[in-house]
Amino acid sequence: MKVIRGLLDQAKPHFTKGGKLEKFHYAYDAFETFLFVPGETTTEGTHIKDGIDLKRTMFTVVVALLPCLLFGIWNVGHQHYAATGEFAALSSGFVEKLLFGLLVVLPMLAVSYGVGLTIEFAFAIFRDHPVNEGFLVSGILIPLIMPPTVPLWMIGLATAFAVVIGKEAFGGTGMNILNVALVARVFLFFAYPPYMAGDAVWVAGDPSRFVDGYSGATPLAVAYSGGLTALDQSYSLENLFWGVIPGSIGETSVVAIGLGALLLIVTGIGSWRIMGSVIAGAAATALLFQVTGIQPYSGVPPHYHLLMGSVLFAAVFMATDPATAAQTQPGKYVYGLLIGITGMIIRVLNPAYPEGWMLAILLLNVFAPLIDHWFISANMKRRNARALQ
Amino acid sequence: MELVNIFIRSAFIENMVLAYFLGMCSFLAVSKSVKTATGLGLAVVFMLSVTAPLNWLINNYLLVKGSFAWISPALAEVDLTFLQFILFIAVIASMVQLLEMIMERFFPPLYSALGIFLPLITVNCAILGGSLFMIERQLSLDESVVYGVGSGFGFLLAIVALAAIREKLRYSNVPAPLRGLGIAFIITGLMGLAFMSFAGITL
Repeated sequence: MKVIRGLLDQAKPHFTKGGKLEKFHYAYDAFETFLFVPGETTTEGTHIKDGIDLKRTMFTVVVALLPCLLFGIWNVGHQHYAATGEFAALSSGFVEKLLFGLLVVLPMLAVSYGVGLTIEFAFAIFRDHPVNEGFLVSGILIPLIMPPTVPLWMIGLATAFAVVIGKEAFGGTGMNILNVALVARVFLFFAYPPYMAGDAVWVAGDPSRFVDGYSGATPLAVAYSGGLTALDQSYSLENLFWGVIPGSIGETSVVAIGLGALLLIVTGIGSWRIMGSVIAGAAATALLFQVTGIQPYSGVPPHYHLLMGSVLFAAVFMATDPATAAQTQPGKYVYGLLIGITGMIIRVLNPAYPEGWMLAILLLNVFAPLIDHWFISANMKRRNARALQ
Repeated sequence: MELVNIFIRSAFIENMVLAYFLGMCSFLAVSKSVKTATGLGLAVVFMLSVTAPLNWLINNYLLVKGSFAWISPALAEVDLTFLQFILFIAVIASMVQLLEMIMERFFPPLYSALGIFLPLITVNCAILGGSLFMIERQLSLDESVVYGVGSGFGFLLAIVALAAIREKLRYSNVPAPLRGLGIAFIITGLMGLAFMSFAGITL
């Protein structure tokens, strides 16, 4: 630590006013404050109860995502070795699975952070504003919502698109109207559908080495065509719950997502209102579909629906994005419920898309300012009426 | 049930603005505040739901081949469909006149807020598009009413959502060259992406 501090202090004069590299001083600030607590303190009285800032908020979310990331790394390896038949049992080959997963996931993380932070720093320097920490979360979310088979250049391209069009064009962190990570994914989804549509095998590794008869179909694909009976034959409820299933890297395990959700709710960073109402909306819609006996997903009960696909991951980490979600408290319930309902409708009724949460959240991101507008003007009307009495 | 399908199709799946990109001029120009956007949106809903059935009647009883056969058999071969564009526009223009008079009388603040964009509804391609799509899809009279209301509702939804986003964006530090219309175009594109969620639903 002392060495780094020394290096930073040595470089500091160049970045301060009048120094050679004055233009880059926000880049320097970003590194300094990332590694050390800022040295400046307020001199006058303040009213701050807690010094929580964007950096700590974002870092908490990153910590909340770690269980998903770690489980995802192992699961990528497990799905691969299960497909090749080498370590089909859960308990065998832990180290090999972890190593294989690391080899797949770490480059994805590196590309997403590398591309995103480069753009972020470039914008900060040219537009002369501090580097924001927003990308810390987006950078880890982007690999987590990709299937493990996606090529690295696609991740780079999607990240660049999302950061430039989805965020920096709107003025940077906190100003974006659509969730940055979802913009990256939706870009790939519509630009390169064969890689993202979910009917291809989502298991990393060379498919020619997989054992004969291995289908690799995701639970969603199985349940879509065969309903509950086919699903029960391929995936047990237990596996769906623990997340030992093929899918996007971070979305499979309910346990890991639950740990993250707990941290977000306890620290007050993620809104339990949104998480709860997304899940409630999804479960209610799924129940309705089960009762009415709609053909695709015939007979799949709500709790299966919640365990499959990305609904819980989306509810916990995507829908709660404070920049793009509804800001008013009652608005959050409406926003969450509508995400749950639309997402389930897209998953079940729209044959064009295997999964609905990405599009449902983007759609409600578009309408979130409108929901807020309604609740705010209703509140203003009520207060006006009270004042004029 | 068929009518409900047509409503949902025209409002969400085949949204005039976000799927066909029709009616862009007023969509981008009048979306600065939710209030005026709602006013223009409602005006478009009214226009579409009135002009679509009116144009349907004109098309089916005056323009299509054989519509004058009841006068004399000699007229059975008359086909006036080449007049479609000009007659549809005339109907739309006269309805806009009517709407303008009603608005000036009853909602003067909204009338002045909409300004030139109210008469410009006449040449709003979403409205002419509504009439032409209705003919092309060979809807019946009641279906054309629902189609008009549905596509008007889709326009209303889109313009109000855009207006709410642009109101929120007033506090953002958008890069200078993109301020105003530039960012509105980008938002429209991103909204189109989000509305893709309905593409492919077959009812």
